[in-house]
Amino acid sequence: MSGDLSELYQQVILDHNKRPRNRGKLPTANRVAHGDNPTCGDQCDVYLRLEGDRIAEIGFDGSGCAISQASTSLMTTQLKGKTAAEAEALFQQFHHIVTTGEAPEEISDLAAFAGVHAFPARIKCATLGWHAALSALHGDPAPTTTESHTD
Amino acid sequence: MAADWSRVRADFPILQQTVHGKPLVYLDNGATAQKPRVVIDALVRYYESDNSNVHRGLHALSMRATDGYEGARTRIARFINAADPAEIIFTRGTTEGINIVARSFASLLKPGDVILATEMEHHSNLVPWQQVARATGAILRHVPVLGVDAEGGLDLDALDRLLTPQVKVFAFTHMSNTLATINPAMELCQRARAAGALTVIDAAQSIGHMPVDVRALGCDFLAFSGHKMCGPTGIGVLYGRRTLLDRLGPTETGGGMVVSVDYDGARWKPAPERFEAGTPNIAGAIGLAVACDYLDRLGREAIARHDNALGQLAYEKLSALPGIRIIGPRGGRGGLVSFAFADVHAHDVVTFADEDGIALRGGHHCNQPLMRKLGLTSTTRASFYVYNTEAEIDVLVKSLQRILKFFGGA
Repeated sequence: MSGDLSELYQQVILDHNKRPRNRGKLPTANRVAHGDNPTCGDQCDVYLRLEGDRIAEIGFDGSGCAISQASTSLMTTQLKGKTAAEAEALFQQFHHIVTTGEAPEEISDLAAFAGVHAFPARIKCATLGWHAALSALHGDPAPTTTESHTD
Repeated sequence: MAADWSRVRADFPILQQTVHGKPLVYLDNGATAQKPRVVIDALVRYYESDNSNVHRGLHALSMRATDGYEGARTRIARFINAADPAEIIFTRGTTEGINIVARSFASLLKPGDVILATEMEHHSNLVPWQQVARATGAILRHVPVLGVDAEGGLDLDALDRLLTPQVKVFAFTHMSNTLATINPAMELCQRARAAGALTVIDAAQSIGHMPVDVRALGCDFLAFSGHKMCGPTGIGVLYGRRTLLDRLGPTETGGGMVVSVDYDGARWKPAPERFEAGTPNIAGAIGLAVACDYLDRLGREAIARHDNALGQLAYEKLSALPGIRIIGPRGGRGGLVSFAFADVHAHDVVTFADEDGIALRGGHHCNQPLMRKLGLTSTTRASFYVYNTEAEIDVLVKSLQRILKFFGGA
């Protein structure tokens, strides 16, 4: 297996793919958003229970490749307890990681996705859940699709 | 002439490369086929020596371009055994061809009329009909596919019930791009005609892979793309029976399709020009005619035997992989195989296979309703053509084994 491929499929990604965290519909959710990747048919629903400006609980459902499933799973562990502004900032960092491959050490597990940058076609997979989560935070009424974002 | 398959590969410059250090194994022919040297040369020759606009100029280049373009029309009419070159409308591809038919039908349909399609249609032979149904109040129905893996093909008993006198048009694919099902097109056309319905065949997947004879099939319309049959991208054909084409209005208007124009109105030329507003894809048409020559030299019966044998061999070899689900017919399939693993997503399969130099397609194949019916969100597809070999299927199997091992051990 090439270096690029083993960079892409890091152990933490394989683990989240196999044992996704916070998977399933959240009955107490007061926000939900649907995300679609029309290129490949990947889809996910992200459920949030907001308390004021803070994400008290988060869950997700859907289907997709190892990268999208692991990314969304890991995202839920990172966003729980964050404010909307903190979530936005974290997404910016994540976006930087997957598009440049540069990962600052302090953001831990998200750095596992640095390998995605060598596979431009997979960046949409890695960001699908994030786009859905941000839509849910913003209360966007329409489903989000990866085609409406520049990544 | 019997084709010497071992020599075919050398005709395709693009196949002489490595990808990620491995010889390219191109198995995405359902999406687009590679181009032989003769087609590439024809494009270069046209642009280097004949490029000009058609049907307008009286100078030498314009006459050469016009001869090339109209010669291509005649060649393609012969390729599908159309009665008259005027029945060949050049389009951008299958999608545009079906859209022209569908939009032309809009003026002929009224509320309560039925448009019949099938459950295995590509989005390009489904969405245009949805739009026409919405615009006219016609009802869109679908012939079901049989079996949990759609292995049973179209439900021909249901077809009898569905072909009511209200059905004005029956649109179906000749060969499914996802299932590898080859539909009994001649029988479907006969039954539709007996019920008084016109027929529209999506031949995108069949045109380069088997003999397609519009008069033997008995269809009213047939659409295909050049790029899936060794021709250039951006050129395709809509065949329509002459008497029908003359009854349909244009869907696009402008230069080249009018007899005369004044400030208040215009009169249309007959088919095919009526449907070819603007400057056409001249080089594309000329390249497509050369692709017809190339495929006829190999022999289309022989191509069908070759491609379908690879499809069947891949079906059998892949069936032995653990946790695999292959959709479509068990036997008598066309030259492609679509599959899903229980624990590995199609995207991950395609990324890993790419590392081994193998080009596959992963996704819903523009077949979302069918995928949903089968309980799938995506499959991986390997689709074969004249230059593919049995040895390449072994490369694919080995790569898939490696992928399963990686994800199974994770």
